[in-house]
Amino acid sequence: MDTNQYLEIFIDESNEHLQSINDQLLELEKNPNDLAIVGEIFRSAHTLKGMSATMGYQDLSNLTHKMENVLDGVRNDQIQVDSDMLDIVFDSVDDLEAMVLDISKGGNGARDVSRVVELLQAVELGHVLKDGKEQEDYSGNSDDLQLDEFTRAVLEQSAEQRLNNFQVEVYLNEDCLLKAARVYMVFDVLEQIGEVVKSQPSVETLENEEFDHSFKVLFVTEEEEEEIAGRINKISEIKQVEVSTYSLDKDESQSKSEIEQKQNIKEEDKQELADNEYKGKQTANKTIRVNIDRLDVLMNLFEELVIDRGRLEQIAAEINHLELNDTVERMTRVSGDLQNIILNMRMVPIEQVFNRFPRMVRQLSRDLNKNIDLRIIGEETELDRTVIDEIGDPLVHLIRNAIDHGIEHPEERLAQGKDAKGNIELKAYHNGNHVFIEIVDDGAGIDREKVLGKALSNQVVTREQAEKLTDKDVYELIMASGFSTADIISDVSGRGVGLDVVKNTIESLGGNIEIDSELGEGSMFSIQLPLTLSIISVMLVEIQKEKYAIPLSSIIETAIVKKEAVLRAHNREVIDFRGKIVPLVFLKDIFNVPLELEDQDYYSLVIARKGDKMAGFVVDSFIGQQEVVLKSLGGYLSGVFAISGATILGDGQVALILDSNALIK
Amino acid sequence: MTQEPNKTIKVIVFQLENEEYAIPVHQVGSIERIMPITRVPGTAEFVEGVINLRGVVTPIIDLRKRFSIKNYEMDESTRIIITIIDEMDVGLIVDSANDVLDIEEEAIEPPPQVIGAVEEEYVSGVAKLDKRLLILLNLSQVLSSREVRELYDIEV
Repeated sequence: MDTNQYLEIFIDESNEHLQSINDQLLELEKNPNDLAIVGEIFRSAHTLKGMSATMGYQDLSNLTHKMENVLDGVRNDQIQVDSDMLDIVFDSVDDLEAMVLDISKGGNGARDVSRVVELLQAVELGHVLKDGKEQEDYSGNSDDLQLDEFTRAVLEQSAEQRLNNFQVEVYLNEDCLLKAARVYMVFDVLEQIGEVVKSQPSVETLENEEFDHSFKVLFVTEEEEEEIAGRINKISEIKQVEVSTYSLDKDESQSKSEIEQKQNIKEEDKQELADNEYKGKQTANKTIRVNIDRLDVLMNLFEELVIDRGRLEQIAAEINHLELNDTVERMTRVSGDLQNIILNMRMVPIEQVFNRFPRMVRQLSRDLNKNIDLRIIGEETELDRTVIDEIGDPLVHLIRNAIDHGIEHPEERLAQGKDAKGNIELKAYHNGNHVFIEIVDDGAGIDREKVLGKALSNQVVTREQAEKLTDKDVYELIMASGFSTADIISDVSGRGVGLDVVKNTIESLGGNIEIDSELGEGSMFSIQLPLTLSIISVMLVEIQKEKYAIPLSSIIETAIVKKEAVLRAHNREVIDFRGKIVPLVFLKDIFNVPLELEDQDYYSLVIARKGDKMAGFVVDSFIGQQEVVLKSLGGYLSGVFAISGATILGDGQVALILDSNALIK
Repeated sequence: MTQEPNKTIKVIVFQLENEEYAIPVHQVGSIERIMPITRVPGTAEFVEGVINLRGVVTPIIDLRKRFSIKNYEMDESTRIIITIIDEMDVGLIVDSANDVLDIEEEAIEPPPQVIGAVEEEYVSGVAKLDKRLLILLNLSQVLSSREVRELYDIEV
């Protein structure tokens, strides 16, 4: 079967399922008795298995199958959930991830997984020896659909919720060539309108085409019989579909006694699971997948529109024709809305980045013999994709740092009267045009003296400077390059590279990072990021006859001061701005702007800041505030001092965008 | 025409101070009339600035300044040739550009020691056609951003 066209979807969905398995496994570790979670994992694993079998990735499907067996054991109370067992399952998830990665790179997903398979089998056998009989029972091959108690609970629940339980029997054409594919399509159709609870023969048997020409499924849905039959009949090579209402009483007697014993114990869990399931169903939004390249193209086209819009506005202002003005104004409004929508489309929840951390924290804390709880808040916060792509590595570094240097060993913590379990909080939230990400730990905090000692010995600062530094300045030092405060250089972090890279990455994204810390109480790294990188608000200014754009995000305010108000200190010209001494930066000198205008007796200033430092940029006039499309100067001119990019103005001319961070020292 | 055709290359011909230069047509994106150029501070002297080329910010260098030829007022015939080298678009300001020619590869000779005002490293060959002498430019050398950066390093 030519499966290429499905490959992309397959890879996307596989990754989603693997991620969900990862998440749920971590949940399971916290609540080992919550069978609802096992059900979730089982479902993801099952779908993954089905997809990979259909796509012909045997290794992937086999390994998932082994994993599924173990999960099934858990579900049936035959395997105990403990960290050793979870380690093995995690290992197999790692292998699965590697396989999917291989497939996405064009490989065939083959991988030597014998070790993990053996381990999984060992876990699985552990219970089969104990409880072989029941297992047999479960996979029974008799004609009628046999229910385990889990399925039963789901069906009971759905009946209460006025959903219909149907038994759907599908007959395929006798000359059907790709039975597995048809089965997959049928399941696909069914899963769009409801939930397949059980199938006979088992899904696995169906996928291996080990059945004649018919199969039965138990199906829970809101839809009516005709609708189901109609939908399935749309699939080709289907001979006949029989949909009948399925009543639970039918086989009640068969298995009731066997089930009853366990049912009481688990009733609550089941209820919860079923509740969650249907809640999920109802709130699920309709979405489509769009290739990110297409969104980029759309964005580029829109950027051109923004430029033309600027131009139109200018022309309309010049001509001053009433109707033209009206139309342009309307167009401006519409395109403003359009801009919001397009920018929003490119926004993705930061969850994408955050969701790999629980796993990482678990692994690292096991490796380092620490006991750490990671709390994630605000993972639904959205950021532009370009920012998301870049922010992952810095965050990994900061979290590793918090685990390695921040959180102490349990004994140390107890000795200091803290809870043995350390806490790391990862928090994201919106504020104005920015997104903040905070990493807070309740570990040792930053030791000012230790940092200073190190900085002195590394000659990052001199002794005189050191005495004047504020606590904040000292914390900033740990982000200077070539700095590591760990006493022992560990494998996890502390190789002396990194925090400076983190800082650089964040600044290159137009954001900044701040550190706050209390010795013995913990530290907080706070990252501020722009919502988007492609369209920014700027203040347009004129320096002599040249136009420059200054990003609004770095501007505090504008001011006009008399020349007499300028003071001199340390050979620099400064002003007293609201009680603070602010140095002036003469842009026309820095940029060697040709002098064309006569001197005025006052200065127009743009007061900008970088962290705690401020500077007043001297310009000749303010033009106004504008939304502009950020463009790069191209490879040929990359790295020009104090220029971060360019933009195209309404009149079609290029204006350079100032990098105010480079100008404030 | 039964004779086997010789291999030819298509070139764009442009003028710079009485000399004729040529660059292969596949390195040329378009030829533009002169348009407003925004100066970029802190770059080499020969970097004129950037233009808005249909929505793309494109750097422009002045070939006269690049080859240290005496300055010249831009006029109606002044053109910007947009060239594409190593996936970078760079515009070259030339006195005029008005010819597309096919040159037989055999007619191209290695550069002599001294040729016009242009240093040898920028020339990949010369072609003699009837009475015309075309200087073929080695664009990657001409556009080498090395010098642009060096200058930047000094400034900081």
